[in-house]
Amino acid sequence: MNFDFSDEQKQMRDAARKFLAEKCPPKAVREVLDGKAPYDKELWKGLAEMGFLGVAIPEEFGGAGAGHLELCVIAEEMGRANAPVPFSSTAYLAAEALLLAGSDAQKQKWLPKIASGEVIGTLALFEGKGNPSPKAIKLQASSGTLNGVKKPVPDGAIADFAVVAARTGSTERDSDISLFLVDLKAGGVEAKSLTNVDPTRGQAELTFKNAKAEPLGAVGEGWSILTQVLDRAAVLLAFEQVGGSDRALEMGRDYALDRIAFGRPIGSFQAVKHMLADMYVSATLARSNCYYGAWALSTNASELPEAAAAARISATQAFQHCSKNNIQVHGGMGFTWEFDCHMYYRRANATALTLGSLSYWEDQLIDRMRKKNAA
Amino acid sequence: MNFDDTPQEAAFRAEARAWIQANAPKQYEEELRKSSLGRTVLKGANILEVAKAWQKKKADAGWACLHWPKEYGGRGASPIERVIWQQEEGPFGKLSGMFIIGHGMCGPTMMAFAGEEQKRKYLPPLASGEKVWCQLFSEPAGGSDVAGLRTRAEKKGDDWIINGQKIWTSGAHYSDYGILLTRTDPTVPKHKGLTMFFLDMKSPGVEVRPIKQASGQSDFNEVYFTDVKIPDSQRLGSVNDGWNVSLTTLMNERMSIGAGVSTGFPELFDFCNSLMLEDGPAIEDRSVRSKLANYAVKASGLRYTSMRAISALSKGERPGPENSIGKLVAGSMVQEVAMYALDLQGAAGVLSGPEDAEVAGKFQAMLLRAPGTRVEGGTDEIMRNIIAERVLGLPGDIRVDKDVPFNKIPTKGRA
Repeated sequence: MNFDFSDEQKQMRDAARKFLAEKCPPKAVREVLDGKAPYDKELWKGLAEMGFLGVAIPEEFGGAGAGHLELCVIAEEMGRANAPVPFSSTAYLAAEALLLAGSDAQKQKWLPKIASGEVIGTLALFEGKGNPSPKAIKLQASSGTLNGVKKPVPDGAIADFAVVAARTGSTERDSDISLFLVDLKAGGVEAKSLTNVDPTRGQAELTFKNAKAEPLGAVGEGWSILTQVLDRAAVLLAFEQVGGSDRALEMGRDYALDRIAFGRPIGSFQAVKHMLADMYVSATLARSNCYYGAWALSTNASELPEAAAAARISATQAFQHCSKNNIQVHGGMGFTWEFDCHMYYRRANATALTLGSLSYWEDQLIDRMRKKNAA
Repeated sequence: MNFDDTPQEAAFRAEARAWIQANAPKQYEEELRKSSLGRTVLKGANILEVAKAWQKKKADAGWACLHWPKEYGGRGASPIERVIWQQEEGPFGKLSGMFIIGHGMCGPTMMAFAGEEQKRKYLPPLASGEKVWCQLFSEPAGGSDVAGLRTRAEKKGDDWIINGQKIWTSGAHYSDYGILLTRTDPTVPKHKGLTMFFLDMKSPGVEVRPIKQASGQSDFNEVYFTDVKIPDSQRLGSVNDGWNVSLTTLMNERMSIGAGVSTGFPELFDFCNSLMLEDGPAIEDRSVRSKLANYAVKASGLRYTSMRAISALSKGERPGPENSIGKLVAGSMVQEVAMYALDLQGAAGVLSGPEDAEVAGKFQAMLLRAPGTRVEGGTDEIMRNIIAERVLGLPGDIRVDKDVPFNKIPTKGRA
């Protein structure tokens, strides 16, 4: 049994960590947090040069042609560094949708530009509150144009193109939903930035007015493709969450070792120690669930739907748990703008909702376990 | 990343599987498979006898205590081979319950500290299950703080005279031998005045009394020592060095990887799949699904954590500290699962008789046994201290009795 990443993959993780430690220190994250830039353009360029943006994109489409396990280790480091770049929207959502359903021409058009950092992509799925479901999609597609409003769209205000879920029929059935590719710079789409709990990862409202669109995948297949894209993104995002969990745990541990109160390091008090031990437990459970998700993703196993939901739930819980208790360990200082704790807290709670909420994925997991059981 | 055996591992697995297929007591397979948490009971058979017979058969064919050296009754197998064996042994592994303490803790301690002649004499019958061993550490005044124990050993000629009381001794009533931690010098700080021995449990002056647990069952014992004589040749380690000897024992306690911990999740999932609530099947209820999903990811998290440890073993590495979370997570989870399963049964959840209760009272039994699992082998709080100190590197607790002679440590909290 070799339920672990290979030495080469671990080396890639180390390289990504080193790169991000240098190019994406908390100071850089704060530039975006403070609203001085919508995302870190320099970092984005650097990630492209390192080959990280196209790590899972085949060489024929301008990528590194490595694979999803490599993308998982990069994702973990992106989460650890709290990188303020549209990586998840572009590499997990847009690129995966293209890889799964794109025509050769569509792949040729967009994937090389993703790998080179020239374009930012995203998925426009939600229309106000609620979780992924065919009936929540009202945005209308007809004769090659889209009309309607999507929000929140992750990184929507800075994206160059979007994969858009639209209605091509009038019922609540899956088969009435189709996916479309829209060049957001070609006119017909208005983007408005929306204030959100994590300013280091933008959210936007996109208004489509007779926007030109081309189908991505067959008409009527949209929901089925979307489900697969969300599962893949769930695993990848879970690695970001695990990276963030580990970092939050480390920050709490380091502070508990350094901070003296009542004449001793606060990490010697059991109330604090046990809180940190529980953070370690949730981070470890999440990491192990993620490894299984990575295996399922990289082998395209039939277990992927279940594995993705488990990774998503476990990692969401771990990141929320570790980031909130990291603040608790820091006490009052943890609640200042100056300390970095809140950046992870914000990211954890924003990430918990991207791709649908925790309760949505809980529901999905049980559905999928039942299906497997019945089979 | 894959779940495949190496060719060597595959060959070993095939050999183990074939032997188990040909030799295991198949007539008990179904019952063993169904038994989950708590004691394993076989209808119409004495489980101790079945267990001993299976162990002896394994030992004769070289399948007992696989990781022990051959000369002491083992097979000299690698850690990963031991894990593969456990996987293949499956439900029959539940028959090893009565040997866990002896094989997991007493044996390794004897191996590290007994003389060569003693090792050759005592270890093979321990491996084959012909002799059963127990571990006599905990006392009424020394549980988590085991170094606070009070059982005295006083030197008299070539012998030691033991007086005192042990508690929570698993299997003392069917054990032939035990390893015993005693106080030999009460005038020095507590960790510095302890000495370890092994003894024949049939020695005059040893009295074993079962404890009636909160669950109503009796899995553990109190053991009383009244002027029990132990020859100095049965001392393990130096006089007053018993603490260090006991660390060897306790380290082995937490080394069991791949054995799998009970979380109660598979039972709960099956139960919810078949249970009908007023509004329809339980499994279609939102709140039930949410609870189930939360338990599911804990159970799968533990399963894959264990697989990561097995992978490390497979590569010849020492597993990381991740595996220390198993007992902590599973212990409290099983308790929560039991409470939730009863909650789903409404007022009838109170019934525990096999004829009236759902699933023959499985969850009620789980509920009543669960408090013990959070205490035995290291309380939840001790496990958190271990993770905090050994994994995260946080400072140890401030020990107010560290430099105080044992006989000057207060014995009562309130006057």
